[in-house]
Amino acid sequence: MSAPLLATRGLRKHFPLQGGVLRRTRAWVRAVDEVSFDVKPGETLGIVGESGCGKSTLARLILRLVEPDAGKVWFDGEDVLRVLPGRMKRLRRDMQLVFQDPYASLNPRLTIEDAVAFSLLVHGARRAEARDKARALLGRVGLDPRLYGRRSPHELSGGQRQRVNIARALVLDPKLLVLDEPVSALDKSVQAQVLNLLLELKADRELTYVFISHDLNVIEYVSDRVLVMYLGQVVESGTADALAEAPKHPYTQALFASAPSMDPDRRMERPPIAGDPPNPIDPPSGCRFRTRCAFAMSRCADAAPPPVAVAADHDVACYLYDAATAVTA
Amino acid sequence: MSVIALPQELSTVAGAPMSYWRTVAWRLSRDRATLVAGALLLVIALSAMLAPWIAPYDPSAGSIRLRLAPVGTPSHVLGTDEQGRDMLSRLLWGGRMTLVAGLTPVVVAFLVGTVLGVMAGYAGGLVNTLVMRTMDIFYAFPAVLLAIAISGALGPGLPNTLISLSIVFIPRVVRVAESATVQVKGLEYVAAAKASGASVWQILRHHLLANILGPVLVFASTQVSLSIILAAGLSFLGLGVTPPSAEWGLMLNTLRQSIYVNAVVPALPGLAIFVTSMAFNLVSDGLRDAMEIRA
Repeated sequence: MSAPLLATRGLRKHFPLQGGVLRRTRAWVRAVDEVSFDVKPGETLGIVGESGCGKSTLARLILRLVEPDAGKVWFDGEDVLRVLPGRMKRLRRDMQLVFQDPYASLNPRLTIEDAVAFSLLVHGARRAEARDKARALLGRVGLDPRLYGRRSPHELSGGQRQRVNIARALVLDPKLLVLDEPVSALDKSVQAQVLNLLLELKADRELTYVFISHDLNVIEYVSDRVLVMYLGQVVESGTADALAEAPKHPYTQALFASAPSMDPDRRMERPPIAGDPPNPIDPPSGCRFRTRCAFAMSRCADAAPPPVAVAADHDVACYLYDAATAVTA
Repeated sequence: MSVIALPQELSTVAGAPMSYWRTVAWRLSRDRATLVAGALLLVIALSAMLAPWIAPYDPSAGSIRLRLAPVGTPSHVLGTDEQGRDMLSRLLWGGRMTLVAGLTPVVVAFLVGTVLGVMAGYAGGLVNTLVMRTMDIFYAFPAVLLAIAISGALGPGLPNTLISLSIVFIPRVVRVAESATVQVKGLEYVAAAKASGASVWQILRHHLLANILGPVLVFASTQVSLSIILAAGLSFLGLGVTPPSAEWGLMLNTLRQSIYVNAVVPALPGLAIFVTSMAFNLVSDGLRDAMEIRA
């Protein structure tokens, strides 16, 4: 097995909630708690979970846009959180991000050509050279630079803007692309076009993806391996096929059961889990899913279940499975 | 058959992309109120600038025999003041003073306030608290009171007027610049720039300033009329420009006693203040509408 391109260990980020005149910290939002995973070169890791489960924070932690409170991030064998600023700038070329909101992610004062070329200028390219490369890449993502190059973002549709975002992320020739809900803001038909573009680009440029989404169908379509997150923690991880065929964690099972099905016989009568996820400010003790779990036991309240391997490359953090029952479960 | 109205945006009509500033200019060119007010401002500014050449008389030379001549007197079109000085000449010269005293503080406040506001907004944390709470201290006083207090402490004269009015307007600009900065800072394109390795300076210059200067400039332009009125007010109270200089607020003060002798002549400087500040307001309104980014 090849060495992972990206690895995280015990990543944690708690945001302080401040209030009052003296800005005292009143509480902590536990956005990401003890998240560890590996991404091998060339694979697509899907990260799925409800909104508010810390997916976007995780994306920003990986790219060091937000400094974690604890944990480690290795990229290509380098400890990202410890490199010096000059080296960090160089590393940023190799790891880029595509954002969720196609409206907020483009500077309204830059033409899309300039938006894409900006990253190159940051890294010392000459203006003409940067512009040529930006135009070429716009063409690659399906936007004719002669037609669109000099346009402002507000003259483009959501799907077109997302293509610009992708071009901007690719212009530095990164190895890793973190995609934070890249298609959630788009119409279904446009989603498919953008997803296929992403898959094409991945094959062309030998990219590695971390693909974040709340949409299981999308995740299943693009991912090799999937990480299921609940309230800032990983509850299950495994290959996309294993998870789709035999989800182990009650939350993963509920997620798959609640995904809208095209098969009328499979439509469910009642939702498998009810209610909203608990507030990440004050998550339940022990297993964070226990308040909504049908199988909750008394020990679930005591301590968070550690991840257990139920099969090769398939880990579940749930007391229903332990080393002894792993084979039969 | 009804005529279908074409979309008002040239960018969509022509099908060709149009730069932001060309769009703004195009919108302004279609806004009649702003154009009229702008033309008026141009006339006022030109006449103030050219006062030494176009004023028919020396603004400080009076004639005791010709005091408070009514408007329409053959040799003095707009009459004379209580010391027999030509009103037209004094209004032209006074416009210079009033415009300088009105515009300079806003320009200073725009420059200083933007720097402070962007700094506070982008740095956040302790820097933000320090800058913003200091501004709040000044903000707590009504503008007029603050201007009078500072001018009173510094003493009369044009430079002190400029200093006190700048202090009045800086906190206002800082507030607008800070809130705009905080808003833009949280947007994803700033995060994208950071992710591409851009330095703080590059982000500030290309992403932040480019997006907040417009709103801050529009805000500053709305303050010009207030600044003109405050500058005139300080002169009226004897805290601003000192006699015998001509300044609209000061003229209003010295002509005050003559209002029962001749009501029209004392009203003229007031009218000038009113028209000028109104014109500034209309132009800044038009600017705000034209600079709005429409999706």
